[in-house]
Amino acid sequence: MPNPMKIRATVKDGVTEVKILMQHDMETGLRKEADGTLIPAWFITEVKAQYQGRTVMEAQFGQSVSKNPYLLFRFKGGAAGEKVSVSWVDNKGESRTDEATIAA
Amino acid sequence: MSKEIDLNRRKALKAGGGIGLLALFGGLSLLRPTDALAEWNKAAFSSKAMDEALTGLGATAPESNATAIQLTVPEIAENGSVVPVTVSSSLANVEQISIFVDKNPNVLAASFTLPQGTEALVTTRVKMGQTANVVAVVKADGKFYRTAKEVKVTAGGCGG
Repeated sequence: MPNPMKIRATVKDGVTEVKILMQHDMETGLRKEADGTLIPAWFITEVKAQYQGRTVMEAQFGQSVSKNPYLLFRFKGGAAGEKVSVSWVDNKGESRTDEATIAA
Repeated sequence: MSKEIDLNRRKALKAGGGIGLLALFGGLSLLRPTDALAEWNKAAFSSKAMDEALTGLGATAPESNATAIQLTVPEIAENGSVVPVTVSSSLANVEQISIFVDKNPNVLAASFTLPQGTEALVTTRVKMGQTANVVAVVKADGKFYRTAKEVKVTAGGCGG
């Protein structure tokens, strides 16, 4: 089971700012073990953020995104107390969904 | 009388069928919660060169525009494995923001799809193998624009 994300969402002047910290190794597939064997690629490929069933941000990642990916974006609307949900899926088909309550 | 029964039976079948279908879809979405995500752009993300990656995104020869796209990167990155990148744009109707590192083995780092109501701004962190250009490509009103900035990557962390 993949590790949970840290999500922080705050609304100010009608705009909700969402900060996401995912926990993932983001292996490029180019690094080698000490004995020279290649570490297989393992990275998040897709991320999706939703508010009240509406997609507010969608991202596709390649191997160049840093380990434990960080994201920040802002969308209009969003009410304090309501939830933002974020999902990701990686190239092995593993996935994770977490929610955060919007703070004022 | 038989007609009436028949009618009721049809109604019941119809309703039952609907519930069955709903249950089926519900079950499927439980199994694969990420089905609704757009398909990963393998061609663009596997590209080894800028031109190839741009073509993979459908962004052949984007217009250079350093004023409408704000790209914020450090001048010098002491740690190439965590380079913060912020891209924002003053263009109207921004639909997509993509971030490239032109000397990485796979040049396309990330591509964001921003629906109406989401601001034209993203921040993330990318890996950089060596000193290279970070390139931001913004799609607005169906047209592609680009800007780039060099980031010096120092190995030892003693500054540049």
